Amino acid sequence: MAKYILEMDDIVKTFSGVKALDGVDLKVEEGEIHALVGENGAGKSTLMNVLSGVYPHGEYTGDIVFKGETCEFKRLSDSEKKGIVIIHQELALVQFLSVSENIFLGNEQSTKGVIDWGLSNKKAKALLDKVGLKINPQILVAEISVAQQQLVEIAKAMSKEVKLLILDEPTAALNDNDSENLLKLLKEFQKQGITSIIISHKLNEVIDIADKVTIIRDGKTVETLTKDNISEDRIIKGMVGRELTNRFPKRDVEIGETIFEVKNWDVYDETFRDKKKLKNINFHIKKGEVIGIAGLMGAGRTELALSIFGQSFGSKITGEMYKNGNLLKIKSIPEAISNGIAYLSEDRKSAGLNLIQSIRENISIASLDKISKNNIINYGKETKIVEEFREKLNIKSSGISQEVSSLSGGNQQKVAIGKWLLSDPDILFLDEPTRGVDVGAKYEIYSVINEIAAEGKAVCVISSELPEILGMCDRIYAMSEGIFTGEVKNENVTQEELMELMTMNIKEGVS
Amino acid sequence: MQMTKNQTKNKRIASDMLKNILSKYSMVFIFIALLLLFQYLTGGIIFRPLNVTNLILQNAYVLVLALGMLLVVLLGNVDLSVGSVVAFVGAVAGKLMVDMNWNPYIVIPLALIIGGIIGIWNGYWIAYLGIPSFVVTLGGLLMFRGLTQIILGGKTLAPFPEEFQFISSGYFPSLNPGGFHLLSVILGAVITIITIFMLISSRKTKEKNLYEVESMGMFITKMILTIALIMGVTWVLAQYRGYPFVLVILAFLTMIFSFVTKKTTIGRRIYATGGNRKAAQLSGVNTKSLEFWIFVNMGVMSALAGLVLASRLNASTPQAGEGFELDALAAVYIGGASTSGGIGTVLGTIIGALIMGLLNNGMSIMGVGVDWQSAIKGLILIFAVVFDVWNRKRKLKA
Repeated sequence: MAKYILEMDDIVKTFSGVKALDGVDLKVEEGEIHALVGENGAGKSTLMNVLSGVYPHGEYTGDIVFKGETCEFKRLSDSEKKGIVIIHQELALVQFLSVSENIFLGNEQSTKGVIDWGLSNKKAKALLDKVGLKINPQILVAEISVAQQQLVEIAKAMSKEVKLLILDEPTAALNDNDSENLLKLLKEFQKQGITSIIISHKLNEVIDIADKVTIIRDGKTVETLTKDNISEDRIIKGMVGRELTNRFPKRDVEIGETIFEVKNWDVYDETFRDKKKLKNINFHIKKGEVIGIAGLMGAGRTELALSIFGQSFGSKITGEMYKNGNLLKIKSIPEAISNGIAYLSEDRKSAGLNLIQSIRENISIASLDKISKNNIINYGKETKIVEEFREKLNIKSSGISQEVSSLSGGNQQKVAIGKWLLSDPDILFLDEPTRGVDVGAKYEIYSVINEIAAEGKAVCVISSELPEILGMCDRIYAMSEGIFTGEVKNENVTQEELMELMTMNIKEGVS
Repeated sequence: MQMTKNQTKNKRIASDMLKNILSKYSMVFIFIALLLLFQYLTGGIIFRPLNVTNLILQNAYVLVLALGMLLVVLLGNVDLSVGSVVAFVGAVAGKLMVDMNWNPYIVIPLALIIGGIIGIWNGYWIAYLGIPSFVVTLGGLLMFRGLTQIILGGKTLAPFPEEFQFISSGYFPSLNPGGFHLLSVILGAVITIITIFMLISSRKTKEKNLYEVESMGMFITKMILTIALIMGVTWVLAQYRGYPFVLVILAFLTMIFSFVTKKTTIGRRIYATGGNRKAAQLSGVNTKSLEFWIFVNMGVMSALAGLVLASRLNASTPQAGEGFELDALAAVYIGGASTSGGIGTVLGTIIGALIMGLLNNGMSIMGVGVDWQSAIKGLILIFAVVFDVWNRKRKLKA
């Protein structure tokens, strides 16, 4: 019988009442490459954070057995001592330190407290050779490419005598060539006896490299596939397969004419100004229609919505935007709002709400002109309107004076939605409208979306949750790596087909 | 059994209420405690008419600066240049009025405009180029102190024309010269009536608009305390020379700032931006122009403080306003504002400024050296903020 290096048994982790992990099992054999797959929000990252001690022992229930030893990690350094190293999707390198300084950060090569630079650089060079990176260890991290930075992270992990290497979406930001090299490297490590867990959305990679695949859905382990029964179909089925009955309210709306259209939309990145983030995007929304933009994290969905919403993302934006056939030239968010566009942000805590203020202030902030005259606020009017929205959206609270930070996730999201409903838009972009929201509140939010559409408005739902997209949208645009990979009618598509479009691998250079 | 349960419950509610009141009005209690403490330690000098008048005149600048600084802090910034701007504007005013004999009625608005231009300078870098306010205004602190010395050539300019001196040494005329200041008493009575009316109407609006209001008992206590304060101050001032003119400026500014922060869309945008800048931007708030204008306003307020100070000293000196930025910031933080922005009120700031002023005044009368004064003020600032942070954490946990 094979020997397990890691056994995670019945892991349960709750965030303020919502179960993020609900009895996950994960068994990894010594020396294998194990892939962990699942939709966004399925619980993969949470699981890895439990494993590495980011969520300390006591905040979760269940057992972690590593190398036959039950482990109770209190902090990240505890798990690192055992040889468990995570490389996160967002690299944790210090940009303005050298490669060798980064590799030995917190583990400086020193004699009696004085850093031995000669030794550091020599050791760093050896580690870089190991990962196949031919650069001078003394150059700054800021000067090397993302792919090279990824390798530096791995070299850093190697410096800690890693037994179990965990890579969270290692190839998300890499091109094909670099990805291939990275995967080869993992195979190389495997020969040296290092076990790896790789989290990835790119299923072709997973199939290529993994000895086993564990599928997680809704915080539960669905199944673990072994080499001989891994197939893309089976993985997709496992990732998305859940019942769709009654989770979405019915909608009966007559769909009218096109109200909003975007043509030849090209956007370059904000920081890397020569990198095209969105390529030749074309789409339209009809009156009363709910369209979906389906894409995984990093596909460019949020960037698309933000670039439309008053150019709040991107540089060198080109292309046209039409509302009711008229060309719109929008350069700022206030202009976007006054032209009837609304954008519900993906992350309500960091970009959607002012948590230290009450429901009242949060709902009225995008429509202050509606409740004021000559810049003086009409409190009576504001009270009436906000109270109306509180009731209509069924925001569970002690009153409109309750501070938003003390509301549950679902009710916070309703406040954010209320803010945009008050602005009375014609076109609404809803970015992950139900993220971190429990099932009951989800249904209520879906009902609200239906009502909005019934009023003859155009709604665009951005989501990585396929059931949500399929349950809510009339028409769906699939997106991958900054381009639209397909437009499908809801009734003609299965989750599997959609997932295929979303994970489509676009070769570099295609425009 | 049931009884005891209810009793403990009532007890708990009562102690919770007391804690709430203590934490909400903690700075008011500290102010009153300090007042009584100094009254005892100075053998009653603190409440003497001459001293109360002095207390107002000496500390008018803190309040003027603190009001401007409140808006700066609400956006999560600081302005360290205000002390130097106070000196710079005083120096320019001195040069124009003393050396060049310009008319004060021209110099005063000109000085305020100069303050505005300084604000534009600070605000541009901070708001539109994203340079940290700490750095920009630290540069301003050095730069304007230097320019002050260049203008004055290291000398003191004095005296100012009488019209200009009036700002800080003018009083409301007495109806019966030499005697009791009846006009000031009448004014005090009018202010009292207006205050009562405003407190009641504000409570009614709050109730109507579903705000939480304090209990009736609390409200009446608050009202009695406020009235006592106004009438007490009036009574004491009337025994000396009546209401000082600068008090009118302060009252006017307080009303304006209170109104803007509470009742206008500008105030809403300031709090929204301070609480979550990104969310405010995505809600259509032009956070950059807001930040810019707040610094312009701070510049104008610094200029005003500069004029008040120059008038009070009746001279332009190179050292004027040294450390004022810290007094103003301390007042704002003691008044309950959050260093990260989004939290703070005009009323709190006034109390913060009063505490700072009282400390300055009380310790001076007691003959405490400048060294110890500074140490004690620093300690009080730290404790005030620590208390505030602790209080907020407790609230979050509950």
